Amino acid sequence: MALKIAVLVKEVPDAAVQKKIDPATGRIDRSGEKNLNPYDTHAIECAVQLKEGTEVEVEEIIAVTMGPESAVRALHKAVSLGADRSIHLSDDALAGSDVQATGYALAKVLESESPDLVLLGQQSDDGESYTVGSVVADYLKAPSLSQVIKLDVVDGGLRLERQAEYGYDTLQIPFPAVVSVGDAINEPRYPSLKAIMGAKKKPLETKSATDAGIDTGMVGTEGSKVRCGDFHAPAAKAAGQIIEDEDTNETVEKIVAWLDERKLI
Amino acid sequence: MADVLVYVLHNGGAFNKNSLGAVSEAAARAAEIGGSAHAAVLGGEELTDELVGSLGAYGATKVFRAKGTAGLAAPVVDFLDAVIEQHGHRYAIFGGGLLGFEIGGGLAARRSAGLTSEVTEVKAEGGELVAHRPILGDSQISVSHYRGDLGIIIGRINAFEVRQSGSGAAEIVDVDVAYQDFSNAAELIIRGEQRGEAVDIEGANVLVAVGRGFGSAENLSLADALAGAFGGNTAVAATRAVVDAGWAAYASQIGQTGKTVAPKLYLAAGISGAIQHKVGMQSSENIVAINKDANAPIFEFSDLGIVGDLNKILPKLTDAIKAKKG
Ligand SMILES: Cc1cc2nc3c(=O)[nH]c(=O)nc-3n(C[C@H](O)[C@H](O)[C@H](O)COP(=O)(O)OP(=O)(O)OC[C@H]3O[C@@H](n4cnc5c(N)ncnc54)[C@H](O)[C@@H]3O)c2cc1C
Ligand SMILES: Nc1ncnc2c1ncn2[C@@H]1O[C@H](COP(=O)(O)O)[C@@H](O)[C@H]1O
Repeated sequence: MALKIAVLVKEVPDAAVQKKIDPATGRIDRSGEKNLNPYDTHAIECAVQLKEGTEVEVEEIIAVTMGPESAVRALHKAVSLGADRSIHLSDDALAGSDVQATGYALAKVLESESPDLVLLGQQSDDGESYTVGSVVADYLKAPSLSQVIKLDVVDGGLRLERQAEYGYDTLQIPFPAVVSVGDAINEPRYPSLKAIMGAKKKPLETKSATDAGIDTGMVGTEGSKVRCGDFHAPAAKAAGQIIEDEDTNETVEKIVAWLDERKLI
Repeated sequence: MADVLVYVLHNGGAFNKNSLGAVSEAAARAAEIGGSAHAAVLGGEELTDELVGSLGAYGATKVFRAKGTAGLAAPVVDFLDAVIEQHGHRYAIFGGGLLGFEIGGGLAARRSAGLTSEVTEVKAEGGELVAHRPILGDSQISVSHYRGDLGIIIGRINAFEVRQSGSGAAEIVDVDVAYQDFSNAAELIIRGEQRGEAVDIEGANVLVAVGRGFGSAENLSLADALAGAFGGNTAVAATRAVVDAGWAAYASQIGQTGKTVAPKLYLAAGISGAIQHKVGMQSSENIVAINKDANAPIFEFSDLGIVGDLNKILPKLTDAIKAKKG
């Protein structure tokens, strides 16, 4: 058995950038600095560790993204972290897709590659729907689990552990499978300078919606079943007091006084 | 028809509190759009007529019951798909939790439906339901309007209050589900393992909460010492990052897949304040946070925030509290 692994990655606004909504389009304002979704680096690391390990042979790791032109940078980053090649699904017809439409479109791309294992991050830093993996899996008719923090190849399938509502679950699933990994699964490595330089030379295929066999009536703003709008600020909570710790003795005195005033000691 | 279907999670013969909250919410909202709330449960012999019928008290008029393995998402997707196919529910609501994400996602694909995660409020507007969800680190609320036959609403943990509104037992409808091959492909070998010792964080007055910022299991002794200085009914609680790393017991975890707490004092060190943690502690009376990153989200909901290194602050704070207590 040699595994073909696909990792779904997304380009998101950099964590240091203040994220905002563009009131005109109702979508996240993507004009600022962008980066590979940090949660996806755990999925790539998971694939690379399987490839480096001895449990199973890994034939190749393919990074797949759906997003605007700029999203190639997320693919370059994914390749610098260990993917062998990448696929960029990019088409104006896809803009404004909701979670279900996004999962459908990604599943169409994956269908043509038939990977044994599809890996995802636990959440996208901007969309935070936590559900793209489950949508993709149902379209692919593959077993799926999310929040996985331990993954091993056992008995020709995967032995997985994850924390669910009542404690830790241990599960076994066959290939092909769709797995979203939790951020506790590993400590992603930093790419080497050589890997960063070489990333642009690795094969990158750009696909339009038609190339991928996507029914354009099912994607984009028009094909999506959720319309987000009426953005407003939540009820504000009074801002708390902030102390910058410069002289720790003084800081501690202030904390104790604060606690004492509220009869908490 | 504008009926609302709710999946109710259960374990060990008891229903999940967030699922019961979702039933209550569905009953209240369905009434506003001229429909009824129905529940769906999947499991084995533990789902007795008496237990299942008791969902009527929360406002479900009907409960669909199927046989299958509880604790997995895919069989529930087949089940809900069949029920909706037959009865044409307009909305499906899930309480918070992991299975809600997994089942909701699967169902969205199966029925080409719109989905909203982390919903904190559902409202009836012109005969339809809309879902309010906080976005961008809870700095904005976005409102989802649904198109198509089915709208899927996945609640944030503790968003829907459990209310006993119904009268009497619900009607029970047994459903024979034709499972797809892949739906039963996952084997649940162990469910709900409690890792680590039993600790009570729900009954504590003071919680010292620890996060990944401690760097190692050994370093948690700083938190133990501080808890010791407070004395009395004080316990050490943790984030999931710390529990997943094996530094602290699962029973001490606060948050979405952990406990919900509301102590008099919650004092966090080395915790970023992720939404999934916040939902489990935001009702605490006094919130104090120590974090070396001035931009950590936890400062947005702290009453007192200290920007600094916990390794420097905690030992001195422990001594100062001891001294104060004499
Ligand atoms: C479906 C789902 C369910 C989840 N359920 C839960 C849950 O129940 N409970 C939960 O807690 N999380 C849960 N999470 C995970 C959650 O998203 C976060 O990953 C987690 O809460 C982060 O834990 P943390 O704050 O300890 O770690 P981090 O986010 O890594 O934060 C560590 C913080 O420590 C600070 N720090 C580092 N060194 C120091 C120092 N020397 N002094 C002071 N500060 C320092 C850093 O600045 C940082 O802010 C869930 C996630 C998902 C997707
Ligand atoms: N546009 C996209 N292209 C590729 N992968 C995606 C995309 N959106 C989400 N994902 C994957 O789905 C995971 C969960 O995202 P979300 O459901 O948006 O929280 C991410 O960590 C990615 O692995």
